[in-house]
Amino acid sequence: MVLFIVSVGLSVTMGLMGFVNLAHGGFAMLGGYAIVLSMRHWGLPFLAALALGFAAVAAISVVLERLLYARLYRGSELDQVLFTIGLVFVMIAAVTLGFGPETQLVMLPDWLRGQTDLGFIRYRTYSIAIIVFGVALMLALWLGFERTRIGARIRAAVDNQRMAESMGVNVRRLFTLTFAVGSGLAAVGAGLGAEILGLDPQYPLRYLAYFLIVVAVGGLGRVTGVFYAALLIGVLDFVLKFHFPKGGTMFIYALTLVLLLARPQGLFGKKGA
Amino acid sequence: MSAIEQLATRHRLRWWEALPWVAALAVFFLFPNHLAFGTQLLIAIVFALSLDLVLGYAGIVTLGHAAFFGAGAYTVGMLAQHAGWNEPLSGLVAAALVAGAIGLASGLVLLRTHGLTLLMLTLCTMALLEESANMAHHYTGGFDGMPGLAFKPLLGVFPFDVLYFRPQYLYVLVVLLGCFVLARALIYSSFGQSLTGIRENILRMHAVGAPVRARLVIVYAISAAIAGVAGGLFTQANAYVNLSTLGLERSAGVLIMLILGGYGRLYGAFVGAIAYMVLEHFLARAYPTAWQLGVGLMLILVALYARNGILGLVKK
Amino acid sequence: MNPAALLETRNLCKNFGALEVAREVDFRLERGARHALIGPNGAGKTTIVNLLTGVLQPSRGRVLLEGEDVTALAPAKRVKRGIARTFQINQLFRGLSALENVCIAVAERLGAGGSMLRPAGRRADVIAEAWRLIEMLKLAADAGRRVAELPYGRQRLVEIAIALGLSPRVLLLDEPAAGIPSAESHILLDAIATLPQDIGVLIVEHDMDLVFRFARRITVMVSGAIFAEGTPAEIAANRDVRAVYLGSALDG
Repeated sequence: MVLFIVSVGLSVTMGLMGFVNLAHGGFAMLGGYAIVLSMRHWGLPFLAALALGFAAVAAISVVLERLLYARLYRGSELDQVLFTIGLVFVMIAAVTLGFGPETQLVMLPDWLRGQTDLGFIRYRTYSIAIIVFGVALMLALWLGFERTRIGARIRAAVDNQRMAESMGVNVRRLFTLTFAVGSGLAAVGAGLGAEILGLDPQYPLRYLAYFLIVVAVGGLGRVTGVFYAALLIGVLDFVLKFHFPKGGTMFIYALTLVLLLARPQGLFGKKGA
Repeated sequence: MSAIEQLATRHRLRWWEALPWVAALAVFFLFPNHLAFGTQLLIAIVFALSLDLVLGYAGIVTLGHAAFFGAGAYTVGMLAQHAGWNEPLSGLVAAALVAGAIGLASGLVLLRTHGLTLLMLTLCTMALLEESANMAHHYTGGFDGMPGLAFKPLLGVFPFDVLYFRPQYLYVLVVLLGCFVLARALIYSSFGQSLTGIRENILRMHAVGAPVRARLVIVYAISAAIAGVAGGLFTQANAYVNLSTLGLERSAGVLIMLILGGYGRLYGAFVGAIAYMVLEHFLARAYPTAWQLGVGLMLILVALYARNGILGLVKK
Repeated sequence: MNPAALLETRNLCKNFGALEVAREVDFRLERGARHALIGPNGAGKTTIVNLLTGVLQPSRGRVLLEGEDVTALAPAKRVKRGIARTFQINQLFRGLSALENVCIAVAERLGAGGSMLRPAGRRADVIAEAWRLIEMLKLAADAGRRVAELPYGRQRLVEIAIALGLSPRVLLLDEPAAGIPSAESHILLDAIATLPQDIGVLIVEHDMDLVFRFARRITVMVSGAIFAEGTPAEIAANRDVRAVYLGSALDG
């Protein structure tokens, strides 16, 4: 579920802008740090910290996008890969220099601790909250994409950028907006999931493969696709690690391989992208 | 020089092409205490050269090339450890064959895709190999790898020296020369020219009747074989092999070397590997975080301004 | 029974969803044809070329080359069978020189493209043939320059040289004169005039002057279907064609 929250922004960015953003995990990490640290040092309540993380990362991403990313939209894939890998390295180094290489301690607010009795099962409140948030987010995004005008514009631009432009959609601003929201969501995801996935400078690289797999399998630009893919990967990963602690990850890679070969556009993507 | 002359003489050896080899020999005599580092450097050049074939000339962007390096490395290691087969030269041949076969198989399957999907698939293939190596620890030594391997003396006469690396250095240099000659011939041939065409405009290549996918698979397999040789050299020269021969760090490292030096320029591999490893040798030990920061910044700058690496800037 | 045409389509249809871009096109290109395909923008002319060359697969119908069904063949295979084309927008190897561009095409045709042993520079046969084409299209002065640096008109001529370098049986030119200054357009026609007489040449064009100088047969397409077909005189006199497309282009 956490995977979904973090990855959805990446899916839309890559689908919309056709940009291979390997630094997405880096934005997530920055946001996670902002959230956790603002809670620890400034005593911000959890939800406020999440909001802060979202806003801060969104702002940073806008600056980076305008200044740097925009130059590479027409660039080759290789350039994009290089640039974003470089960016991740810089982010990791900056965070290590600023806060040290250790994993950050996350203190959950009281109302998220402990377990909740759902009637048929007792489960960690925290996990429930994440699931609820994830589902709510998916619904919100889905509604946003399918029902609002902005959503329609984004979808049009994903499908056919030039046509959208000729119909008066300001694609540049759309890019910036989606990039900001996507990165902000990643930040929130990292903050929310900090307890599960951990938060340390190696975060972006360690999970890079997962993010990319979720996005590639789910299909670029498809919110529901990413949702199901994240769910699938997350559950599979959990189950496999449980039963086959040795071979779990391998299975996921093999599955991705087979899947992408059979359907290069992902489970839910559109053909001929 | 007329256009025809230009084309007809492009493959001729230039005088300065002898320089790198002269310099390499000079290092052997002038810096006898640094030959261990020198050997690693030469191995890196072989690896970077193999990547240049695929990335610089054919235009295939891959983050999984370490798969072939590791395949070669482990082939040599496992043969030595388990089959008692530790003759160096034939070990290298085995490494090339195994890595080349994996390259051929994966190329046939993967090169049906392109772009991000291809990138992902190369990552997945490498990750699969890495996990397999990790899991099959009975054969591969798993996480710890296989330390303390022993190899027969080269040509029966020159034993490897894990302290001073003297014979290893010359051995790797000769192998590098061989690989380089091969790569150079390939690049200047009509086949190499068609690769450039594929990289420049794949639609046009189809429209002149070229069997594009077949060409790509062939160069991918050849490149994999050379990367395998580099991996085999690694195991032989260092007398150990472990999971570091596979994995994203090694793939990213060789990619950075090639970018730094300039891809698609034959000697970019040399320049890039030297620059990267020298810098790493001095900086990374002392200030690892600063090193990462520096590499990151450099990548950003290169992507934005100096797409053709050091050699590209020099040309200007 | 009609002798097999050089290149023909039978009931060729192509639609993208609800959009029909080619409708039941029965088209014949004869041996030795000098055939022009004209029509308003969006009529489907380039679509037909794409269908003929295999870049697009038809929704229905067949493409036949000298009686053989080639509908399932990939573009590269069709080139090997003798169909060559130029693109409406130049598709060149921009970082390479003009001569190299043509060499690559010639090398593929001569089967040398896969050769890994000899340096490309030693293949005198490839280079000589490429040079012959370069001279024929008056590109000798620019042969060594990178294509990206050439003026658009010259690039267009390189595009044509590449197609000629494939020694095709069928030559499909998609708006070849577009971008070539009218003073130089004769270069194009002269080059075509030197081609063996039994090659079939199809030109998609808007330049009516060129069309009427070149064509012995004209097909008019409108909205994805063939509208009219005949000799230049017949087409010029055809009232419906004038109304739909030619209009005042021919008067005066």
